[in-house]
Amino acid sequence: MPLTNALRDDILASVPSLRAFAISLSGNGDRADDLVQETLLRALANIDSFQPGSNLPAWLFTILRNLFRSDYRKRRREVEDADGSYAKTLKTQPAQNAHLEFEEFRAALEKLPQDQREALILVGASGFSYEDAAAICGCAVGTIKSRVNRARSKLSALLYVDGAEDFGPDETVRAVIGGSGG
Amino acid sequence: MKDPKSKSAAPGKQGGLNAEIQSRIGHQLRAMYDDVVRQGVPDRFADLIRKLDASDASPQIGNADEKNDGRE
Repeated sequence: MPLTNALRDDILASVPSLRAFAISLSGNGDRADDLVQETLLRALANIDSFQPGSNLPAWLFTILRNLFRSDYRKRRREVEDADGSYAKTLKTQPAQNAHLEFEEFRAALEKLPQDQREALILVGASGFSYEDAAAICGCAVGTIKSRVNRARSKLSALLYVDGAEDFGPDETVRAVIGGSGG
Repeated sequence: MKDPKSKSAAPGKQGGLNAEIQSRIGHQLRAMYDDVVRQGVPDRFADLIRKLDASDASPQIGNADEKNDGRE
């Protein structure tokens, strides 16, 4: 469909959540905003392929995710957010205690495999249905459900099992999951 | 509870994750996300869309800032 004013406004209205998604994926504010910008340009260039009445946020998130993944493949193993540039992108700094907890949470989130992290964010934070999340990630609904479950188990192991740091995330997850296996 | 394999107590019972932990994870995830959402639309993106809108006929994307709509 052509770019109407209403559609343009809807796209703009999606920017805050696109940024939040991009930052949670990349862990880096500057890179996230570049990703959002590229997403908007890509979306506007392909606006004719957007089906009126379909889910605009899901369409935009799909574009962003695909851009992130192709970008990620290129940059793999480049510098991560060692100096907490994510936190710097936040205008409101959380209180001291909350801040520590927040940093811990963010660090744990970054330890998740990418597939699990994005599934958890789409469902748990962006508020997409499992079906929408599956469409965005191009996989089956059951796959999204199991990724979300694994992400939650792993996060809880990383964050809430004492001494998890001592023997590393994989051991921890194995210990937790192993207990439920039989 | 004295399983030598598990150095530390696993949360909740086996299998299902403890509901309290799950709700904490949910809260933190949304708090992190909503912190960014609350920042709204940075000027950078509002300008970008506005510019593209103005140059509707010619889909020139590369050249930025020469026009400052809206203010004044």
